[in-house]
Amino acid sequence: MSFVKNYIGEVWGAVKSLATGMKLTGQYALRHKKEKITQQYPDNKDTLKLPERFRGEVVLIHDENNEHACTGCTACELACPNGSIKIITKFDLTPEGKKKKAVDTFVYHLDLCTMCNLCIEACPTDAIKMAQTFEHSVTDRNKLIKVLNKPGSKIREGVEEKKSQ
Amino acid sequence: MWSLQNIADKVHDWLYLTFNPTLAMLFEFVIIGALAIGLFAMLGLILIYMERKVSAWMQLRLGPNRVGPKGIFQTMADTLKLIVKEGMTPDGADKLLFHIAPFLVMIVAMVVLAPLMFAKGFQIWDINIGVFFITAVSSISVIGVLMAGWASNNKYSLLGAMRSGAQIVSYELSAGLSILAVIVLTGSLKLSDIIASQENGWWIFKGHLPVWIAFVIFIIAVTAETNRAPFDLAEAESELTAGFHTEYSGMKFALFFLAEYVNIFVVCALGATLFLGGWMPLHFGTNTQFNKVMDYIPSVVWFFGKTFFLIFVIMWFRWTFPRLRIDQLLHLEWKYLLPISMINLLLATLIAIMNWHF
Repeated sequence: MSFVKNYIGEVWGAVKSLATGMKLTGQYALRHKKEKITQQYPDNKDTLKLPERFRGEVVLIHDENNEHACTGCTACELACPNGSIKIITKFDLTPEGKKKKAVDTFVYHLDLCTMCNLCIEACPTDAIKMAQTFEHSVTDRNKLIKVLNKPGSKIREGVEEKKSQ
Repeated sequence: MWSLQNIADKVHDWLYLTFNPTLAMLFEFVIIGALAIGLFAMLGLILIYMERKVSAWMQLRLGPNRVGPKGIFQTMADTLKLIVKEGMTPDGADKLLFHIAPFLVMIVAMVVLAPLMFAKGFQIWDINIGVFFITAVSSISVIGVLMAGWASNNKYSLLGAMRSGAQIVSYELSAGLSILAVIVLTGSLKLSDIIASQENGWWIFKGHLPVWIAFVIFIIAVTAETNRAPFDLAEAESELTAGFHTEYSGMKFALFFLAEYVNIFVVCALGATLFLGGWMPLHFGTNTQFNKVMDYIPSVVWFFGKTFFLIFVIMWFRWTFPRLRIDQLLHLEWKYLLPISMINLLLATLIAIMNWHF
């Protein structure tokens, strides 16, 4: 008798799980107008809204004083699996006359980058992030090699201390 | 009131008054052939568009929306592309079988249309074994699939065709047994009789539990018989590229594709006829006010409404469930559907004998 009980139980479970799946897709079909995720890209260039975590390219965050949080620690360069990032460091003189390591040129090869996000996770000071731009096509390959730190920019005060804590 | 029956009768009378009977019959054959081909073309265009839209809705996409308003000309553009494409034949193929196979599949789909009742009194051939005819003829299509798979001289095609054979032969059983559940309640294999027996309520309402179970089993079995996902092992694109029609291109591929959709239409029309009353409007009891209101909707609308509802359900399956493995597929049929439908048939017989249905 337990065989029959198991058998009916299995059939009932199967019907129930199939109904659950159909309920989900059926609900999608009913409210697809509100929730559709397709972007009609070239038509809606002005109103285009990308998901928050979309990865377009790596940028170095600059604030209004042209200051960034990059200490030149090269953690991102080491984390990058295919060498898209090359950081050239220099030594600044502090007011006390000491030498301090700082970023001179943050070179980013967009043509090599696979948008894996490992550099962003490696950064101890959250200086870089993924931007939501994606129209990257250019006619000259050299234009894809970018310098991320803006000319004249310098490290924000207090970033180093926060890092060491 | 406007109805297809009047038009058909007028054409029939005019033909027989104007020409001698032999010639008139020949003209009727031609008209029916033209109508069937026209229906096929329309079904192909509408169902493929519908499939793409339904899949888009269920995946929160937009679906075709560029060619024409809301993309309604997309399937026409696709058809045009297939017409101008070159029909390749592989070198090692068995040429004769390779060329016959798509037409055989198509002809089977066409012949099965004969006993279907599209509206009140609008039917090509009202034979007294209508349901039997449909189930018998529709299983010939497996020969077309096997021919295509064998003649392609391609291991994927052959594997797909063999799977399709195993699948159609197995699921034919439970489809037939679930159809029988309605047949024992009706006592007739004639489609017009089956529809007439549902005048005071469709079988799905009148027949209690056995008809419900039979309906579910029927829908599952015909989904498998028409090689639709989740039972599309015959073409399982991730394993067999395209299964039995891997080597087909151009119009011959289009014929296989069209035959698939026409087969869906035919089995859904059969399901609608057996369980949902065919062209019969929604009736409860006899001679109620509700019935009279329902009768204002033309019977052809009822028939196509029910059929397209069932087609939507089968598309719903396709875009919800993952594909079964071949052993799971046969497991489901032989260990679950077949025993259940056998017991169900006994239950239905009991109800028919004891007159427990309404």
